[in-house]
Amino acid sequence: MARAVTNQRKMINTAAAWIIGLLIFFPILWTMLTSFKSEAQAIADPPIFLFFDWTTENYSTVMERSNYGRFLWNSIFIAGGSTILGIIIAIPAAWSMAFVPSKRTKDILLWMLSTKMLPAVGVLYPIYLLFIQFGLLDNVYGLTFVLMLINLPIIVWMLYTYFREIPGEILEAARMDGATLRDEILYVLTPMAIPGIASTLLLNFILAWNEAFWTLNLTAAKAAPLTAFIASYSSPEGLFYAKLSAASTMAIAPILILGWFSQKQLVRGLTFGAVK
Amino acid sequence: MATKASRSAARVMMAPAVVLLLGWMLVPLIMTLWFSFRTYLPLRGGDQGWTGFDNYVRFVTSSSFWPAISTTLVLLVGVLTITIVLGVLLAILLDQPMWGQGVVRILVIAPFFVMPTVSALVWKNIFMDPTNGLLAHLWRFFGAESVSWLSDAPMVSLIMIVSWQWLPFATLILLTAIQSLDGEQMEAAEMDGASVLSRFFYIALPHLSRAITIVILIQTIFLLAIFAEIFVTTGGAFGTRTLSYLIFQRVLESQNIGLGSAGGVYAIILANIVAIFLMRIVGKNLD
Repeated sequence: MARAVTNQRKMINTAAAWIIGLLIFFPILWTMLTSFKSEAQAIADPPIFLFFDWTTENYSTVMERSNYGRFLWNSIFIAGGSTILGIIIAIPAAWSMAFVPSKRTKDILLWMLSTKMLPAVGVLYPIYLLFIQFGLLDNVYGLTFVLMLINLPIIVWMLYTYFREIPGEILEAARMDGATLRDEILYVLTPMAIPGIASTLLLNFILAWNEAFWTLNLTAAKAAPLTAFIASYSSPEGLFYAKLSAASTMAIAPILILGWFSQKQLVRGLTFGAVK
Repeated sequence: MATKASRSAARVMMAPAVVLLLGWMLVPLIMTLWFSFRTYLPLRGGDQGWTGFDNYVRFVTSSSFWPAISTTLVLLVGVLTITIVLGVLLAILLDQPMWGQGVVRILVIAPFFVMPTVSALVWKNIFMDPTNGLLAHLWRFFGAESVSWLSDAPMVSLIMIVSWQWLPFATLILLTAIQSLDGEQMEAAEMDGASVLSRFFYIALPHLSRAITIVILIQTIFLLAIFAEIFVTTGGAFGTRTLSYLIFQRVLESQNIGLGSAGGVYAIILANIVAIFLMRIVGKNLD
């Protein structure tokens, strides 16, 4: 009897959760479906859910017409470059804070995080001005550098929490065996830290890919990544739902896939370890 | 344990990150402060010298200041209420035994990974368009007049879009917190005859209070800085101009750098007040 109740309850839970889950996911699903419709079918009333003439025409139109490849490459370059650069700078910092902590370590960590709270709009003009001065406006390297700085606190923080989970005795043992600092980092620490580094890489790549303040304000045609490319659809001409959907699907699909792998890191990375 | 050599090595290793972040923080901050005390109109006469606190006074006395503050607060309170209430309920639901839990979780989290410009444009056109949008089809199906969402109910629309983006974040964090709840305590309460509601209010909610505080603080910081969603949907029209957006317009659209910088200083102070509370919680957790 008790079992029957549990099963019934489980069924209700399952039904409720699936209905809500699908409802939340629906806008994404609908966009993906619309990307395979013709423009006329995309606005058909009543809407057609599945039984339309599937076509990939929108994808080829978007790619031909808008030089999609360049925007995609800019996104990959900026998100990838800023993340890798950030990790290279953050590894030594996080290493030293995790393994050679001093009285000030905590303050430094908190201060680093607090730079993340600086509202971008408050420093928009200075950055804009500096970018003009150094000829960095609409330049992928400039944007990569800014996004690196924006995500650096989170990268340092995440690496720090991962490094702290590595037992210090192993490092001591390596030191006893005569390992130098360089050996210690390269041959002992790095292999053990690879999973943490990979997670950090993943989450920060996603954050940089989706960043939509600096990418919109510091680029024009040349260095614009996908966020800015999609924003160009905000002044539409004629029927464009299917094409907008195709462009959107291409911009979010890779990140959705990566994102599903990074659920756990999301909590760690975005709450700064305050929720476990 | 740490030797003197390893201490100085540690300092050297920390230096690049510290110096970069220090520069990133100080250089623009000092420039913003500097500009905020000057009359600076790049397109209309350039830098015209010191004006004292004029920009600060003019920013708060301009007719767009209070509307921007109220818009910011409405957006903030609206999104926080929706994401927290639904997030708690959803987290509790997702914590129950069910079939296909992993898949449901993926469905719920997905909106968080959609880039802001995509979600804003998809909602604006494919869902909220008054003639061809899906919601208009739905309204007409039930015989109702279709709504011009973004011009007739701009704040409701904006809150809907932003809540859709942030609900996954709240849910995921609250779910993580709920999973650390002691199951035996719940069972004991159930056996003692505590109702579902009293179990929720006396056990689950107090357990979640810390996670809820953190969600509120982190979302507040991000929501105060909302930009792309407004940029591509209304462009600040129809009363959707938040404080951040107002500053953006002063700086880049009307090129009044002094005034915009004074606004920027206000925004920085506001964000720092929130950040202090957040840092306190994070700091406690570090020890």
